[in-house]
Formats: sequence, structure tokens, C-alpha cells
Amino acid sequence: MRTVAVGIVITFMLAAGPVSAQVSAQRIANAEREPGSWLTYSGNYAAHRFSPLDRIDRENVSSLRTAWIYQTQGGGSLETSPIVVDGVMYITTPPGTVAALDVHTGRELWSWTRPMPSDLLTLGFPRTNRGLAILGETVYVGTLDSHVVALDASSGAVRWDETIADNRLGYSITAAPLAIRGKIIVGISGGEAGIRGFLDAYDPATGERLWRTYTVPGPGEPGNETWVGDTWKTGGAATWLTGAYDPETNLLYWGTGNPAPDWNGDNRPGDNLYSCSLLAIDADTGEMKWHFQFTPHDVHDWDANQIPVLVDATLDGRERKLVIMANRNAFYYVLDRVDGEFLLATAYSKQTWARGIDETGRPMVLPNTEPSEEGNLVWPSLQGATNWFSPSYSPSTGLLYVAVREMGSIYFKTETEYEPGKSFLGGGERALSGDDAAGAIRAIDVTTGETKWDFRQHSPPWAGVMATAGGLVFAGSGEGNFFALDADNGEPLWQFQTGGAVRSNPISFAIDGKQYVAVSSGQALFVFGL
Amino acid sequence: MFRLAAITIALLSTAGLAPAQTAKAIFDAHCARCHGIGGTGGEGPSLAVPVLRHAADDEALASVIENGIDATDMPGNWMLGANEIEQLVQYVRSLSRVEARPLPGDAKRGKALYEGRGACSVCHMVAGDGGAIGPDLSIVGLTRGAEYLRASLVSPGETVADRYVMVRAVTKDGREIDGVRVNEDSFTVQVRDVAGRFHSLDKRSLSVFEKQRGESLMRSYGSDLSAAELDDLVAYLASLREEP
Repeated sequence: MRTVAVGIVITFMLAAGPVSAQVSAQRIANAEREPGSWLTYSGNYAAHRFSPLDRIDRENVSSLRTAWIYQTQGGGSLETSPIVVDGVMYITTPPGTVAALDVHTGRELWSWTRPMPSDLLTLGFPRTNRGLAILGETVYVGTLDSHVVALDASSGAVRWDETIADNRLGYSITAAPLAIRGKIIVGISGGEAGIRGFLDAYDPATGERLWRTYTVPGPGEPGNETWVGDTWKTGGAATWLTGAYDPETNLLYWGTGNPAPDWNGDNRPGDNLYSCSLLAIDADTGEMKWHFQFTPHDVHDWDANQIPVLVDATLDGRERKLVIMANRNAFYYVLDRVDGEFLLATAYSKQTWARGIDETGRPMVLPNTEPSEEGNLVWPSLQGATNWFSPSYSPSTGLLYVAVREMGSIYFKTETEYEPGKSFLGGGERALSGDDAAGAIRAIDVTTGETKWDFRQHSPPWAGVMATAGGLVFAGSGEGNFFALDADNGEPLWQFQTGGAVRSNPISFAIDGKQYVAVSSGQALFVFGL
Repeated sequence: MFRLAAITIALLSTAGLAPAQTAKAIFDAHCARCHGIGGTGGEGPSLAVPVLRHAADDEALASVIENGIDATDMPGNWMLGANEIEQLVQYVRSLSRVEARPLPGDAKRGKALYEGRGACSVCHMVAGDGGAIGPDLSIVGLTRGAEYLRASLVSPGETVADRYVMVRAVTKDGREIDGVRVNEDSFTVQVRDVAGRFHSLDKRSLSVFEKQRGESLMRSYGSDLSAAELDDLVAYLASLREEP
């Protein structure tokens, strides 16, 4: 085995030139300096999902064609966002595999699988995995049965394996960890099982837990007064999507999910902090510096597990450090990322639940918009105006590109009681579908929230977007289209039918100066080049 | 329209049945997160359909519920007891299957109308005989309630299923295509015309693309047939419950 691995590395070195084996946090922080790599889930710590590569542009994108395709061995839809570094692409495939691929050919260099137990619990979400992290010479992945595993980047050998929570209670991991200086940050899933959410930091070398910050405060902690009795113990607020990081302020920005149970809030009166919130967390200590709750006392499952995007821009004549988010509740928010001050919110999609957002950032909720026994029709649907799939911010255009779901739902409320390891929901939806629903790629002016252009999609998408310095926005559809739009006006310039639903985020990388775009669709990963 | 139909069927099949209420509660708690309340679909596929591709019979359906489906997002539900799974099987089947019940009309007279004056078989197929312009009606009695069947005879435009929406397209070079939309994505649309020919259209090449909502190729039988004749035709359609 050892000789084979060494052989591959040597061959690869011949093909790709010198290899820098160490992916330092400094390298990730300076991701813009090596646009040919894709070093972290969202492309950079600011979570722009923007590629500074410009070889593929408006003029030549119509000639884009497949370079190679990698097919998985089954296991559900492929939602992974690849990491590409030093000639190797690292992906996850469901339910529990990590694979390293040769970026030139798509041929496997190694793969590692954690077999899933027969009594695996994944309550409320598909058995998927959205990606991994790399730091030093190690890749890090979370598993559906709540392990965090460190694998040697050149062989797939396990360096350490830690169980971080009890899957029998519904704790699970689907999100890509975030690697920063000296820490691996890991979020948890399980908001439909009545878990108590948390965010963790682990020592990259040993797997030792460095801190844990609960997203539902216990007795004596600030915010606990927004829960009644013991409801905080099963309060949800999962951290199931990778956040952003600002090395300058040393703050992590991380979204939290719904309070549990999802649709019946009768037994948890109050705001239910810190559910449906954005948390700013000191990366050294895990201390919460500030929080902003988008949807207090949520009863529609409008998790704030979307990508917080860090942007520096001039607002009201002042240069400001901002964090922006197109939230699942259909409003676009602008906050000051240093102190969490609320600056702006506008609806970016049809919504019928709030009169607007007041000057403190709190929604002015309309009457009769809660789930009921008979059902209540409300926009957006349970899956929200957007969801986990990534938006993209282009520094070239100053626009945030968002994949939008224009869909309403009839919301129902039912009785529910917490039982360990069972679904804790209290209702559900009957979504409007067919021609009653649609999708869009929408370009939002970062500082005003105004829609600059809109590209209509046939159905509400489950795929993220990526803007490039070539003036393009790549996006995908449920009908299998992977396509490129003009970043300035939304004009479609190229499309390819992948034959399966696109449920992932695009990335871009380069080999020997030649740009490629990758996206997964159905159970295959597609790589396109000129 | 399709949604309304599905809701009607769900209501018809669960009304007044106490055990079905319990089964519904189990479904709502474990399945509705993905399949929607009433199994009408959401993140997961609709279950209110006559053919479940992974569950040919009740035994297979029970196995799917318990063990999940490989290579899909459908997880196993090993935490459910045998009784709960059995109830779910019955409930899921009820979502797409209308119970047979006595109807006022005469199915034999209805069959004569179907083949004769109604000329239904010009466009519809039953057990392999007839045209393919409209939906196959071989098991329509299993999937649609009498109220729905009557409504579709009187007001066909209000009960058009997703794959039978009429469209009118005009290409930029002036060619007009009318027919039903059999599939569509953000960039292309596939249309079948009345002659059964398929047209693959790039939306960017079209100057007009209209979905004619509320319209159907089928004419209304509301004035051509008497109330009693409509009863007969509904009774015949409701009797079509066997796969060919």
C-alpha cells in the first residue's frame, strides 16, 4: 500500500509540478492569492463562493464542455462541495465516504469509508454530507453517526476519530467542518429530533475538544429566560451549515436552526434564543460576542442555517465591516459584523408572514400566519425562500447572487411530545407545487437589498451559485440544468443537461492555468472546461 | 388543480375512519417532513400516486418503510414497531387508492356512452385500447373519486394534470406549435401535438410561449349529456380498477 501511495504522489508531482503539502490557515486566509485552488467550503473565510479565475468568460462560456465525470456507488444525492488543492480534489459521498481524486482525470487516488450502523438516526434530513475541510496534511470530515474524523491527506489513513455526540438521540453531522488557525470548527444537525444545539472546536492534531458553545442556554445563562421550564433541554437550534470566519476580528459567524418542536410552539412560549439566529463567536474561547435573531419564536422551520457572507462596503457614507444573509424567512439582512448592529432588512422573495422588519431588526408578524389544525397558507414554504445551498458575492459587481425558492405552503400544527431518538415536529406542510411554484437566481445589491436582476427558474432550486471574475454566475436546477448567467444582467449564456437534480454548490479551480468548474448532480460529479 | 385532486382523494379515503386517524398521526410524525402532510410531496416524492416504484405490494412497502431505499435519501425507520409500519402501509396505500363505493349510475350504460356518443376512446386508452392524446384511464377508478371524475367531465379545464397542460409556442421564425407540455425545464420545453409528434423547443428560440391554464383539449360533457347519463359515465369510469 505504502509504495503504491508514494508512486501516485511521485507520478502526480511529475504531472503537476512541485507540491506544497502543507495547507496552512494562512494559505486559506489568503485564498485569493491562489485562485487555482478551492481551499475551504465557501472558497474563502468570508464565504463569498467567488472564483477570481477569469479564463472562462462571457465570450467563450458557450464552448464549455465536460472534462470528466465521477460517478458514486449510490447512497443518495451528492451534495458535496469539493476542496481542490495541489492537484487533488477531495469530496465526500453519501452516506459516509471521503474520496481523493486526481483533478486531471477524475481517477480515484484513495477513498475512505465509515460504514453506517443499521440503527443510524437521521431524523428530518437526507443521509447526505456537504463537504470537508483541509488543514496541514490532514482532511477533516463529520459523519452521520456524529464522529469527527481526521484523515491523512495523502493516503486516507485515519489520524484520529472522535465521537462528539449521541446519534441515538438524533445528533448527526452533515456540514463541512471549518478549519482555522489551530482549530477545526464543527456544527451539528438534529433540529427535528429535539437535540440541544452546539458549536464545537477541536484540536487539529489530537482531536481534543477545545471548547463547546451551546446554542440553547442552560439555567443561569443569558437567554434561558426565553424558554419555559425544561424546554431548553430539547430546544434544537442546530448548527448544521458551515459558517464564515474573519481572521481580523477572530470571530466565527454561524447560523442556528429552528427551535424544537418545529411547528407547534405552544409549549415553548418566548423568543427561544438562540434559535434562528446568527452567532458571532470568539474563535479562541467559544464565547458568544453577540447574537442576532432573525425569526423569534419560529413556528415555520425557518432555520438561519444559510451562509453568512462577510463584506466590506460603504453604507450611509461610512466604510463598514458587514455580515449579510439572505435568510430562509424571505428577508435579506445587513448587520455590522463587529458589534452585530442591525442595519437593514428587505424582503427578497414573496412572503406573507410579516408586515416588515422594525428598526431593531424584529419582524412585525401578521396575525393568522401560524400553522393550524386546518392548515394556513403562508409564503415562503417550509424550505424557505432559500436554504443551505450557497449564495455568492462578487467583489467585481458588488452583488449577492441568491438561488431563490418562490413557493408557498399550507402549514399544519399537530400535537407532539418529546421522546428520545424520535422525530419532534408538531406539524408539517403541504407545499404548493407544479406551476404554483417557481425558482429564481436573483442578484441583490449588497448595501440596499434591491433586486438588480432576476433569472426565473422552472421550479424552486436546491442548488447554490458561484460567481466568477469572468463575469459569470453558475447555478443549477432541479430539472438537471447546470448553467451560466451573465453576472451583470442575468442573461443565460450556457446550459448543460446533467440528467439528475443538481443539489450542490459549484466550485472552480485551475490546472496549469486552465480554468475548470465542478458541480455534483444526481449521483455524479461533473467537471467542465473549455 | 392536481393538488386539489390529491387533497380530495386524501379526504375521501380517511374521512370518518378512526384507525386511519392514528395512522395519519404516525405518518405526520415520521414521514410528512419530506413527503408532505397527506403525502402530496415536498422534499421527497409524492406518495399519492397509484404506482409506488419501490413498492410493488404491501410487503415491499413495509420493507421500504422499515429499511429505507438504497441509493436514495429515503432512510430506514427501524425505530417503528410492526403495528406502526402496518398502519403506515395502509395509510400510504389509501393516499392513492379510492375505496370502491356504490354510485347512482349504471356502469354498463356508461360503457356504451364511453364507446359511443362520448367518443372518449378517440383520446383515452383503457386496457390497451384507444388513443393516447389524453391520460390512460385503465385504473382511473382506483386513483380518482367520483366527484373528481364528474368535475373533469363537466369542467375538463379545471382538472388538468401537470403533464397535460396545454401550451402554445411560436418560434422566432414564425412556426406555431400547439399541444400538451410533457416536460419542461428552465431552458427547454417538450411538447406533444395532437398527432402524437414530439417537439423539442429551446425557450430562447421562441417569441411566444403560453401555458393555457384552465384549458383542456377535452370538451365539456356538461351540456351534451343529461345528469343521469353523466352518472352512468362516472359509474363506468369508477369501475375501472384493474391494471391491464
